Amino acid sequence: MSVLVDKSTRVVVQGLGKTGQFHTDKAIAYGTQMVAGVHPSRAGTVFPFEGETDHSGVPGRDDSYSVELPVFATVKEAVAETGANASVVYVPPPFAADAIMESAAAGLELVVAITEGIPVADMIVAKRYLEGKPTRLIGPNCPGVITPGECKIGIMPGYIHSRGRIGVVSRSGTLTYEAVHQLTLLGLGQTTAIGIGGDPVNGTNFVDCMRMFQDDDETEGVVMIGEIGGTAEEEAAEFVQSEMTKPVAGFIAGTTAPPGKRMGHAGAIVSGGKGTAEAKIEAMTSAGIVVAETPSGMGEAMIRALG
Amino acid sequence: MKIHEHQAKQLMAARGIPVPLGRVARSVDEAVAAVRPLIEETGNPVVVLKSQIHAGGRGKGTFKEHPDVRGVSVIPDGLEGGASATEAKVRELAQQMLGSTLVTVQTGDEGKQVNRLYVEQGIDIDRELYLAVLLDRATSRNIVMASTEGGVEIEKVAEETPERILRAEIDPAIGLAAFQANELAHGLELSGDAAKNFARFVIALAQAATELDTDLIEINPLVVTKSGQVMALDGKMAFDDNALYRHPEIAEMRDETEEDPAELAAKNAGLNYIKLDGTIGCLVNGAGLAMATMDTIKHVGGEPANFLDVGGGATADQVTTAFQIITKDPNVKGIFVNIFGGIMRCDVIATGIVEAVERVGLEVPLVVRLEGTNVEEGKKIIEESGLKVTNADSLLDGAEKILELTGAVS
Repeated sequence: MSVLVDKSTRVVVQGLGKTGQFHTDKAIAYGTQMVAGVHPSRAGTVFPFEGETDHSGVPGRDDSYSVELPVFATVKEAVAETGANASVVYVPPPFAADAIMESAAAGLELVVAITEGIPVADMIVAKRYLEGKPTRLIGPNCPGVITPGECKIGIMPGYIHSRGRIGVVSRSGTLTYEAVHQLTLLGLGQTTAIGIGGDPVNGTNFVDCMRMFQDDDETEGVVMIGEIGGTAEEEAAEFVQSEMTKPVAGFIAGTTAPPGKRMGHAGAIVSGGKGTAEAKIEAMTSAGIVVAETPSGMGEAMIRALG
Repeated sequence: MKIHEHQAKQLMAARGIPVPLGRVARSVDEAVAAVRPLIEETGNPVVVLKSQIHAGGRGKGTFKEHPDVRGVSVIPDGLEGGASATEAKVRELAQQMLGSTLVTVQTGDEGKQVNRLYVEQGIDIDRELYLAVLLDRATSRNIVMASTEGGVEIEKVAEETPERILRAEIDPAIGLAAFQANELAHGLELSGDAAKNFARFVIALAQAATELDTDLIEINPLVVTKSGQVMALDGKMAFDDNALYRHPEIAEMRDETEEDPAELAAKNAGLNYIKLDGTIGCLVNGAGLAMATMDTIKHVGGEPANFLDVGGGATADQVTTAFQIITKDPNVKGIFVNIFGGIMRCDVIATGIVEAVERVGLEVPLVVRLEGTNVEEGKKIIEESGLKVTNADSLLDGAEKILELTGAVS
């Protein structure tokens, strides 16, 4: 098992600009079932993708691939024609929240929004729209989701991953890569790695991911990587303490961040004394989470947590 | 993006949200010229002279050059001496304030230069309240926060008397409902005209927050006058940078003199840079990793000189600019480049570093840690360049090495 995505995931891509095309190509090389694209002015055409297979991905494939991705005018049409059940959003910020809502309206189970820089007000509306709908949104402003050897949705480098036993959830892209890389080198591997994104309003939080990993048979432990801003880590710590039986390791970035400054991510800000790294580390440690002192120690912390 | 109080009030006034009358002044003469029309319009000889800087605590702040002058001064001279007396006092104070450095609890010891004043009508205050609209991350909604404790720091109220803070969630599909505004008014112990005026005020403010894409609107104090009027005596607004594209009129309000020049140069180059007080310069890809790099430097006993995230798709040019910004800081005794290449390829970063050092020159030790996509090619480019670079195997290793090289262990 794994969470969110696996070999059966069929992905439609929204936003086929330069970035969208580049990562669609990488996803196909990895073995992800990219089944459709949405591009109103190029509907009815195909986007060709061909290249060398990324053998760190889905096993048992030829050394090269050649795919003609059908393009549709709307997500609804793409779903009807291809049976897509997930989407990935590379749409530019002014239109990205609308793209998320379009995917939800088309009934997709999963929407992964990579776009960075979506206005908060747009995301507030999009989240309101998602209420009561079965669609799960990951992101925005995130690297995506990967189940190694099965499905890669997003911008993470596939080859640093290896199929294994640990779930990874993080607000930061590059820190996810650090954790994944260490877990791979230590032979623990990953079940699924989820980037929940660095924005203040996101679709899925730590608690949601913790619950999924707790319920996943294959996941034996979880690495959670947080950062300053908000209280999502504190809420996750509470959940870990009260409802989780699996060991959890973690890291919090931003101990040295000055208050009142936005540290790169829109959501990474200590304001009014709230959202400090110290408070998060304290809450996590009290909940029995093994918190690494430096990001280089995240893998080791997981080993300690596993006992 | 932050704006000045006078700009926030201008935006509020344009939406029918009551604010005192006032005029902005960039010179002593402009400040003096503002007095007479203001007094004539309001019939009140009392005016207030307010320093305009992007920091709070101005009322209690004082000037480095004039320790007895406060950042905000109420000028009652006109009560006895008429408008001429007010003008004379405004002239005297404006001369001391303009161009001087105001130090408040929020500016740090270095303070901020005052380049604009706001001359405002005096208000007969009955009660001072607190009102703000901001994002509640736990619910992904904007909320209204109100308190009977106006004029003091809300953080202090939250800590000492949290029961005096009222909240109302704004449904994005509805806005702030009338009953919510009434509940708030009731909670603030307002009645009669004041309650009605408050309800109108807060509904308009909630609407402004949504329509103007604010990160934060804070009105502290919100005053109730003796005649039951409700108005914003102070006004602070900050905007969502990602939404400024749809508000060109607000984007134009940016005051670049309020920003750190290095941070501004970085922003213009598409880099995320924040200056800190330490000695180890950092160049990193990714915001989380950039923060973690600073933390690790601190962990091994050093002090980071900056936060710098070159982003996911930096070019060689951007890396050069990043180097220029870091090396311009005279405190920097060494540089640590920490890259985990995902989308960003290590060979591109390596080329950027080599070009940057050739163009900018380098007089301090440089430690480079490369990992991820095309790492071997990247390392090779640096080796073959003949640059004096120390390679590191991990983030921790790199932090230890740069500290050793700079002798910066505290």
